[in-house]
Amino acid sequence: MTQAIRLQEVDKFYGTFQALHGVDLEVSTGERVVICGPSGSGKSTLIRCINQLEEHDGGRIEVRGVKLGDDLRNLDAVRREAGMVFQHFNLFPHVTVLENCVMPQVLSRGTKRKAAEDTARGYLDRVRILEQADKFPGQLSGGQQQRVVIARALCMEPKIMLFDEPTSALDPEMISEVLDVMVDLAGTAMTMVVVTHEMGFARRVADRVVYMEAGAAVETGTPDQIFGTPRDERTRRFLSKVMAG
Amino acid sequence: MIHISDPETPRLPPRTPHRPLLKLFFGDVLSAALTALALVAVFMLLPGLNWVTLDANWAVADPDLCRQGGACWAFIRAKLNLILFGLYPPSEQWRAGLVIVIILAMILVSLWPRVWGGRLLLVWAGAVAAMLILMRGGMLGLAPVPTSKWGGLPVTLMLATLSLGLAFPLAVLLALGRRGRLPIARAVCVTLIELVRGLPLVGLLFVAAILLPLLLPPDWTVDKLGRTLAALTIFAAAYLAEVIRGGLQGLDTGQTEAAEALGIPYWKTIWHIVLPQAIQNVIPPLTNTAIVMVKNTSLVLIVGVFDMLSAARSAATDPAWPAPYAESYLFVALIYFAICFGISAYSAHLERGVRARRHS
Repeated sequence: MTQAIRLQEVDKFYGTFQALHGVDLEVSTGERVVICGPSGSGKSTLIRCINQLEEHDGGRIEVRGVKLGDDLRNLDAVRREAGMVFQHFNLFPHVTVLENCVMPQVLSRGTKRKAAEDTARGYLDRVRILEQADKFPGQLSGGQQQRVVIARALCMEPKIMLFDEPTSALDPEMISEVLDVMVDLAGTAMTMVVVTHEMGFARRVADRVVYMEAGAAVETGTPDQIFGTPRDERTRRFLSKVMAG
Repeated sequence: MIHISDPETPRLPPRTPHRPLLKLFFGDVLSAALTALALVAVFMLLPGLNWVTLDANWAVADPDLCRQGGACWAFIRAKLNLILFGLYPPSEQWRAGLVIVIILAMILVSLWPRVWGGRLLLVWAGAVAAMLILMRGGMLGLAPVPTSKWGGLPVTLMLATLSLGLAFPLAVLLALGRRGRLPIARAVCVTLIELVRGLPLVGLLFVAAILLPLLLPPDWTVDKLGRTLAALTIFAAAYLAEVIRGGLQGLDTGQTEAAEALGIPYWKTIWHIVLPQAIQNVIPPLTNTAIVMVKNTSLVLIVGVFDMLSAARSAATDPAWPAPYAESYLFVALIYFAICFGISAYSAHLERGVRARRHS
């Protein structure tokens, strides 16, 4: 199996605060990795380094064999191959749902409008929200907006999907509609890296779970191993808190 | 194509329900007092209103009989061409009239967000060229008219629209530069903005009209009207830049992050995602600046540009008429009010559209 993502000894600093301490992570093509851990543990920073919304300060990041950091052209190539779903949606509020999915294709890849619209309608249908295509993001619920975000990312035909706490800003009753779409996506052999607190989702779809704390990857294993027989004391402490809460 | 607002947005915020009139006017002590005060004010203003309307003379041909007990509107009738067109040669005034028509038509067309885009800019460029040819003449069989003879409403309208239109892209660049990462560009933008905002417009106009020709080599000199326009443009740009910067600051960083993550190039992100939202955020202060700039064009009279206000003033000095300054100024005020109120109403319409789509 080829490596989709390879991180070696990645460091990240905000001023003097070290957010990532020499993190290693390898994700194979088609693999689904869930990253969990307490807030402030560097999960989001890590995932944002993969498409360079944050620049790493040390170590090496490769996405589909392309090394990040020195050549800006590489960066554009990587960003087009890695779709991202944000905690706070970040849909473009001034254009319709359909246009949210069309505009990036046209602006980023130079796709013809007609073709871009067809693609957009296809993916909006797949996340079951096609009937809202002509509304504006502000007129949709949080769950609906997040599904549009997923469709928008899929329109770019990415090879990798990055999810940065996709359900954390949602009302409880809307979490499942978004998770359903993600489970659906997991069935298509898409490479997925998901930062989430949804342990149920992790058990259901993850090939591997990474537990992070204080900017370091503490423990990596299958969901059964991590949730069932965690080896590290820190993982155990975190899980007992999460399960109790 | 920039997306700012769509006039066909169906949902409008509900209006406040009506209260019974009597309760509204006399419901409590404060309302009753205010109503009484307003009634007194109306009665005190009545003579003035009468002077303007009922007692006014609308069509007396003899200037000496015109001002008997009321306003002399017949004067406006007689001097309309002078007020509207200034010293523009009477036989050629149809050209200045046509310029007013073109400018108003272009503004009306541009109010419609559906037509906004690169093509509209081209049409505007063509319209401006046509207006300049019409006003200036010297080609296409039109008699040449030097800019020193231009005046009245066409000059006011052209100065207002051109200064705002040219200032806007400049302001966008200044605002982006001031927020950008390049230290030298930022320093240049900050200096320019703060320098211009620190000067009174009158001073800037003097520099442009009087000082600049003394400083520059004689064959470099641009026409005085052109220099005046440049001064107004720079002045408007400095203020608009700060308004737009406010709009940029109000924008969530998630917007540019999303665009980055989707691989959209920087300038396309600015044009299609950042600017439309930044501008939507600051429609009220933008309107404010636009209105102030329209009225600021009247200051050009102190450097001897013959705009509508100067034309009205000089019309009133005609000794044949009984010094009808009040009528002149009222008439011009009415035109200014119509323009500025139009801008207000349009911006309110745009804002309603934005609000209806953002929260519902």
